[in-house]
Amino acid sequence: MVTKMLLAGSTALGALAFSAGLAGAVELRFQCYQDGTECQTWREEIEKFEEQNPDIQVTVDEVPYKAILESLPVQLAGGSGPDLARVSDLGGLAQYMLDIREYVDADYWETNFGDELKWTRVNGEGDEGIYNLPDQLTITGPFVNKTLFDQAGVEVPTGETSWEEWAEISTQVAEATGTPYPMAMDRSGHRFAGPAISYGAKYFDESGEPITVDQGFRDFAQKFVDWNKDGTMAPDVWAGSGGASYQDAAQEFINASLVFYMSGSWQVARFGDEIGDAFDWQVVSPPCGEGGCTGIPGGASIVGFKHTEHPEAVAKLLDFMAQKDVYADFIGKTRAIPAHKGLQEEGVEYPGASENVKEALAAFTKAAQGLSPAAFAFQGYKNNRAIMNATVARLTQAIVGESSLDEALSRIDADVQEAVQASGGN
Amino acid sequence: MVNPLNQAAQFGYRTAFGLFEVPMAGAQRLIGIGRIAWLFLLPNLVIFGLFTFLPIILNFFYATTGSDAILLSQRPYVGAENFASLLSCDNYLDPNSCRRDIFWRAIYNTSWFVVLQVGFMILFSLLTALILNRDIPFRGFFRGVFFYPVLLSPVVVALIWKWILQRYGVLNAGLEGVGLPTVNWLISADWAFFWVIFVSIWAHMGFYTLILLAGLQAIPSDVYEAAEMDGASRWRVFSRITMPLLMPTMVVVLVLSLIRAVQAFDEIFVLTGGGPGTATTLILQYIYETGFASRPQLFGLAAAASILMAVVLLVLTLLQLRATRSQAEG
Repeated sequence: MVTKMLLAGSTALGALAFSAGLAGAVELRFQCYQDGTECQTWREEIEKFEEQNPDIQVTVDEVPYKAILESLPVQLAGGSGPDLARVSDLGGLAQYMLDIREYVDADYWETNFGDELKWTRVNGEGDEGIYNLPDQLTITGPFVNKTLFDQAGVEVPTGETSWEEWAEISTQVAEATGTPYPMAMDRSGHRFAGPAISYGAKYFDESGEPITVDQGFRDFAQKFVDWNKDGTMAPDVWAGSGGASYQDAAQEFINASLVFYMSGSWQVARFGDEIGDAFDWQVVSPPCGEGGCTGIPGGASIVGFKHTEHPEAVAKLLDFMAQKDVYADFIGKTRAIPAHKGLQEEGVEYPGASENVKEALAAFTKAAQGLSPAAFAFQGYKNNRAIMNATVARLTQAIVGESSLDEALSRIDADVQEAVQASGGN
Repeated sequence: MVNPLNQAAQFGYRTAFGLFEVPMAGAQRLIGIGRIAWLFLLPNLVIFGLFTFLPIILNFFYATTGSDAILLSQRPYVGAENFASLLSCDNYLDPNSCRRDIFWRAIYNTSWFVVLQVGFMILFSLLTALILNRDIPFRGFFRGVFFYPVLLSPVVVALIWKWILQRYGVLNAGLEGVGLPTVNWLISADWAFFWVIFVSIWAHMGFYTLILLAGLQAIPSDVYEAAEMDGASRWRVFSRITMPLLMPTMVVVLVLSLIRAVQAFDEIFVLTGGGPGTATTLILQYIYETGFASRPQLFGLAAAASILMAVVLLVLTLLQLRATRSQAEG
């Protein structure tokens, strides 16, 4: 009897001590979405963080991307939501983000993530806050079907090659090999912006006001509409949809129905898996215009939110994730492009990836170092989705003949101005 | 002999209802027996209030306020500005002259869609019902075949037809197989509009065929027998007996299909996305894209457009009520 009482008493004391320990621990909730294995990989890294910081417990809630896009903003507007989240609409959610500058080594962050940190600094010129850890950098750029080039007896151009040259060469390869589509570009204003900047589009004036349609934008828009009309660009992609809906041409590329495909680094893993050794493919440098040769950066970031009760713990976790060894492990396992400048220069190991995939990721990592400042500014602009949506919807109208190019361009300007006004200005 | 099961059931009922006796008696004393009906209506009133009437009221608030904020407290009052913006046009026949050109394109597309889809669907439904009403072989099988698409989800319908109509789809493969030129069906504005109507008719005509078939079977056979004895021709029987007696059912079918056509969205959204350009964008898609897909989300404009659409639907619903009432009154 005495033994039983002692046992019960010690169990009760143990439970009390455990619950007291739990009560003392900081609990963070991290809302995460993934394209591949990002949340799973972060969960593995976070276990190491929890071992080093037994007083902080992190729960990773994996949610669909749609929840991040549609539910999270509503939660944040109502003053609730997780302590951290993995998000892609950086400008749109910047007003809710926690500034962790006072808790971290700001020099380390500025040196390695400086360009991407600007994407969340929406509070004017004096804003030097550190709000986001860019855990995946994506870059728009072209893929080519190398086997079709070999069959046509045409060399894949290297170095600086203009859009016009690519259009000519791709058409030549398509004709020689009986391939249905010489070129295609994802139906996305984000994809269009890179070539437009390469043609000299600025998107913003010197005071930061949006000026979507300038001569550079107009020049590329004209070529793009013409190429869609004459069949150089696969008409199914842009003309085949309505509104501003997204449409890619990845399946056409995988089916070897496409010579040149303007998309981005997030397709690499899929192409590696689905094309396999059916044909050779490669990533080539972004084509050039009169204003340069650039793609557009993008991607996801992990951010903390102002309403958290544990800002220091949130900052500690983000700082842990940003450290080079942890970050490199995450990037290697998820086969992504690092935003970390040091890793961009050194290169990343991608365990288990095929040669095609490794070369493609290396090519995109190299391209990341040559992006135009206008491309970073575009990505960081809080109303960039309004520009992208207007570009897609209105240029499609010009492609299918519902309006002239001039009408479409003036509608793009009007749509963007209205959107900026509705969102409370710049 | 007393059935023990019945006894147990009676005891159960008495006990269960007995539980309500005290609170009901209390409620009667508190609010009076005349108002006790409200107590029974309360659960439904709460549900309808929260999920039907409150959203309608909120929609009016959104339609008269601006900005991209979700919370009403953060949205400035703009009066009828959203309605004025939607209705602002230099020439109503030229969408390009309108401030909201896509709204007007959606209005025109919806009008054409309603006229053509409803017109042809009723025609085909009537013909099918007339054939299925005759004593043909495998009549039950054919009735099932025509009704089957109604059971499919609209998204499934659209995906099946997308697979058939895409550039390298089943239809073009068939055309190529017999040496005919292929067509990029969903890239040409006219063809895309045609297929949107075709698919919509294919998916829904089974339902209306069934209603018309029920209407045909309700016509007494002695009327036809009398006409046959009088030597009336087939056309005369159809135009003087079948059509007049089927007219009340036809009116119900017309109004129901009109309402359904104005609300068309899911199949078309999946099949063409409203494209090419805006060639198949209907009003519901415009509302959805303005309120939810655009950035920033223009809730006020979407709410105003939905109120304009609701007015049209209200007129059609009143027509249906009137038609149903006159039918009931004989």
